[in-house]
Amino acid sequence: MHIDNNQLLRFTTAGSVDDGKSTLIGRLLYDSKSIFEDQLESVSVTSAKKGHRGVDLALFTDGLRDEREQGITIDVAYRYFTTPKRKFIIADTPGHIQYTRNMVTGASTANVAVILIDARHGVIEQTKRHSFIASLLNIPHLIVCINKMDLVDYSEDRFNEIIGQFEEFSSKLLMKDVRFIPISALEGDNVVNRSQSMDWYQGGTLLNILETLHISSDINKIDARFPVQTVLRPQSEEHRDYRGYAGRVASGIYRVGDEVAVLPSGFTSKIRSINSGETEIEEAYAPMSIAMTLEDDVDVGRGDMIVRLNNQPEPTQEFDVMLCWLNDDAAKPRAKYTITHTSNEQRAIIKEVIYKIDINTYDRIIEDKELKMNDISRVKIRCTRPLMVDSYRDNRNTGSIILVDENTNETVAAGMIL
Amino acid sequence: MSKYFLNYLDELESEAIFILREVWAQFENPVILFSGGKDSILVTHLAKKAFYPAKIPFALLHVDTGHNFPETIQFRDDLVKELGVKLIVGSVQDSINNGRVAEERGKNATRNALQITTLLDTIEERRIDCAIGGGRRDEEKARAKERFFSHRNDFGEWDPKNQRPELWNLLNGKHFEGEHFRAFPISNWTEMDVWNYIKRENIKIPSLYIAHEREVVWRSNSWIPVSEFLRLEEGEKIQKKKIRFRTLGDITITGGIESEADTLEKIVQEVSAMRKTERGDRSDDKRSETAMEDRKRQGYF
Repeated sequence: MHIDNNQLLRFTTAGSVDDGKSTLIGRLLYDSKSIFEDQLESVSVTSAKKGHRGVDLALFTDGLRDEREQGITIDVAYRYFTTPKRKFIIADTPGHIQYTRNMVTGASTANVAVILIDARHGVIEQTKRHSFIASLLNIPHLIVCINKMDLVDYSEDRFNEIIGQFEEFSSKLLMKDVRFIPISALEGDNVVNRSQSMDWYQGGTLLNILETLHISSDINKIDARFPVQTVLRPQSEEHRDYRGYAGRVASGIYRVGDEVAVLPSGFTSKIRSINSGETEIEEAYAPMSIAMTLEDDVDVGRGDMIVRLNNQPEPTQEFDVMLCWLNDDAAKPRAKYTITHTSNEQRAIIKEVIYKIDINTYDRIIEDKELKMNDISRVKIRCTRPLMVDSYRDNRNTGSIILVDENTNETVAAGMIL
Repeated sequence: MSKYFLNYLDELESEAIFILREVWAQFENPVILFSGGKDSILVTHLAKKAFYPAKIPFALLHVDTGHNFPETIQFRDDLVKELGVKLIVGSVQDSINNGRVAEERGKNATRNALQITTLLDTIEERRIDCAIGGGRRDEEKARAKERFFSHRNDFGEWDPKNQRPELWNLLNGKHFEGEHFRAFPISNWTEMDVWNYIKRENIKIPSLYIAHEREVVWRSNSWIPVSEFLRLEEGEKIQKKKIRFRTLGDITITGGIESEADTLEKIVQEVSAMRKTERGDRSDDKRSETAMEDRKRQGYF
């Protein structure tokens, strides 16, 4: 197997049990031969116990005890499979209304969102919710699977009608790359294998599209941003003067000799060396984990950001974010939170709630300003010190923040900088 | 013109290094849970890369059940010496001797569950605030929901329904006195990825993973190695077979498979053709459908 150039693709699936989401994942795993014999055996036994005909593919994604008892997915679960072309990570998230927070979590690192629509019901509120979150999280690619085509006689008209419904409401959303596929997860049509019942569909199967999507451009390679995680000082005989800044390139490309600035101090220097593990390299790009040394002895520590001299983010103390509230406890007015942005940590307050968004209608709500679990709102945040931010649209890694409650240490909100 | 994207193994490596450095930056007294198995060896290898040219800043913590493969202990001691890191041993035998736990009785008695108490006691005594593990999400369904940074309350328990959301690359390791975290840098690796990487990097692994002749008995669908702890049951007979182990746990419960794979190359080939999950040969997971989840909730690895 030629694996040297195989990329990793992360995708998230949104939909509920009723849309056949678990069946779809089961089908992908089963038809791509990623299921092991003992897993198949255990699922066959359970299927028989529950009185299903054949193997219930949905059971492959069954996780924790509570879920099996309640028959729902309560948290993000990760699944893996590999084909000769790519390695895939699925963030399997539940589609119920109360679990917006899990969808946001699963979507945050995804290259692709797969949204399921039941062909019998067409676009429903849940579809709008999932699409909104995919657009809010700026997932680069969206694949809309119109499922259960077998239950609408594999009708091309029905497929086109649903595409029409989708395009009508989604015109308000920011999406770059949207594809539609008619499938039947239960029967296996157009998931891994081409359907025998839909000659009218000329596009690829779901797996084929996942294998061939262009994802190399999903990470920003223009704006060089290097948040320093920690400083390496070996203090050994051999490396007496070594002072390496360790971190993961958030975006862009760095080369030995590049003129750089260290933010927020503004000191400038040149890159002397770049290391990837024991190996010295000439250039590094996102998302590589590296250590770099600088020509000059400047003061650099965790939370600082090394950027190119001629391309710098704006240090700002006050900015607007789209905030998703993730905690059972509602936001407290004027309360202080710890804000985490890359490796930088400051204190912050939510200065103003500008509006909340009704994620079913996309309407702005200005009367109700209380931030409760699963609410998405535009807020103004003020920090104790400036952060080196980019807009989330330009840069997912340097445009995202979380808020941590100082009393409970819990992650209570996730935000995308506007 | 160079390509500006990583292949999947490089991306997994980069992610793991990022997490290891985050652990170092966010915690006071982190350790690597070292079992001598390939996953903890991999984590140690990645830690070496993450902090080069500095030494690995974490001690290795080995929870010793006393039911070890002698090869594992030799391997552990050699590695510790080579890397110049500190080794902490938590002994299950000590926990039994001072009455913290009682030996399981009955036919399939193991010391597997007893490790939980020894581990949590060691974490408490040594004031360890983060234990880095080689757990992978593809191993078992309860592990599929594990976070990179996984919070444990002051009883060391995991609450799968109340996990902190983990978004982008922003890891929240904040905790109160007495609580600790488990960190899983290779969460996103599969068994195949681990082997491909071990081969690519030519990482040293215990000889147990490589096909070798050994005295074994056939029990619960796998070859259980003969050791001083093994009690033969009626009808069982000792045979000599060429076997290797896919995972390493206690010598009493780890079953081997018949294999001719005596090089890394051949192991990778063999693993890619495998039709059973690696934990399928571990009797500790076969006790019930939720065996792993139940142990994890209590504080297991």
